[in-house]
Amino acid sequence: MTRNEIKDILLEIIADIDEEADFASLDADAPLRDQLDLDSMDFLDIVMELRKRYKLQIPEEEYPQLATLTSCVSYLEPKLKDV
Amino acid sequence: MSEHTFTQRIVITGVGLTAPGSSNLTEFRANLLAGISGISTIDLRYMGVHPAGLCQFEETRYRKKRENKRGTRAGCIGVYCANEALVDAGIDFSTYDRAATGVYIGLTEHGTVETENEVYNISQYDYNVDYWTHHHNPRTVLNNPAGEISMNLQLTGPHYSIGAACAAGNAALIQGVQMLRLGEVELALCGGVSECVGSFGIFASFQAQGALAAHSEPARASRPFDRDRNGIVISEGGCVFVLERLDRALARNAAIYGEITGYAMNSDARDFVLPYGPRQQQCMEAALKKAGRMPADITIINAHATGTKQGDVEECKAIRAVFSDCPATWINNTKSVIGHAMGAAGVLELAGNLPAFTDHLVHPTINLDNLDPDCTLPNLVTNTPVELERVDTILNNSFGMLGINSAVIVERCVVC
Repeated sequence: MTRNEIKDILLEIIADIDEEADFASLDADAPLRDQLDLDSMDFLDIVMELRKRYKLQIPEEEYPQLATLTSCVSYLEPKLKDV
Repeated sequence: MSEHTFTQRIVITGVGLTAPGSSNLTEFRANLLAGISGISTIDLRYMGVHPAGLCQFEETRYRKKRENKRGTRAGCIGVYCANEALVDAGIDFSTYDRAATGVYIGLTEHGTVETENEVYNISQYDYNVDYWTHHHNPRTVLNNPAGEISMNLQLTGPHYSIGAACAAGNAALIQGVQMLRLGEVELALCGGVSECVGSFGIFASFQAQGALAAHSEPARASRPFDRDRNGIVISEGGCVFVLERLDRALARNAAIYGEITGYAMNSDARDFVLPYGPRQQQCMEAALKKAGRMPADITIINAHATGTKQGDVEECKAIRAVFSDCPATWINNTKSVIGHAMGAAGVLELAGNLPAFTDHLVHPTINLDNLDPDCTLPNLVTNTPVELERVDTILNNSFGMLGINSAVIVERCVVC
């Protein structure tokens, strides 16, 4: 999966959580939770959805690497390279 | 009329509801008077198609779709009903304090639907609990529906559930009355909700008990007192009342639906599921005593009867024992129209009868084609409404499993 494809998947998952999420002015290098109406439960929804779709087990200590859209993509890229 | 002072007299000033076939009191009353059943069918996992009462209401009128998705169906129903009740009562919290507002919601059960859904979910992943949702606990804690209401309306007073099987709606009303009289709160949102139609286990359990209604025409499946009944039609639904003290209601010129003057709850203390008429009789007598009323003072009795042989017959025995010489007392049943809304049943059924204070009509019991001779009651209103000169008092029965009984008396509010 390419970086762009991973980014699209993440935005699709977030849009499924919050259909009113506005990605137009999203800064990919700023924390997602500062820009979107996401709380800790929503964040766990993202982790669960990745687990369901790709059987990804993301350890809790690695959650900080999912803070921004760019860091998410970078974290997921090697894990999804064969998808 | 109540012997309490105005500060201790508790009145209903707002009603919000959703029932099978209606999403407000006006529609609900019209359906009840016209005898239009709200029952359709549901196709449930493992169970197949069964008669059921399903609610259609504007789920996003007061809460975003994402919040409905995060919460429960019971919470969604509760939020809708609570907001509708406040709008109906004309309360915008300019005269009431959100910190002094209590939310008391009656539940027959809660968490069954969510647990079944989650077990099914992990069954798709070889029962690996890593796929069990983090939403499970906040969705299934027993204060969930009341808590969702408090969050939605930013109410910082107490909120909790009243677990009282199918007497829960009445029990929540009683809780609200007591808390207002104690001065613990100055405004109470009381009622009941049910999401039971989402649970195959609840259907399966009634079926195993021989108490699940079946009929080729769903609208005719709920038939309390009828010789050919064969059980309960399970419904979802909700109803929330705004309760406040009479002096506060008068001070803000609120429209008053009625005054709660009497109530009682007691326990059979004898069987998990079988009802017991003599204890129901004592419960009604205790409610009458608390209201300072004689049986003949009651204009309408709304029966709990669910459409099971033993339940219907036991309640009829109890009613006959208390109201043996009451020619001006009329009896009806709301479940025949909307099925059994479980935790919401008591309050929905009371709400459906409240307009009788102003339209003087007693809504009918429908689907009563062949009266069970063991359910003979004087003045049982059947298939068409009865118009009276006036309606002064309503006694609302609600009983439940484990032998829990409740009766609430509401009167046309007379201020003097």
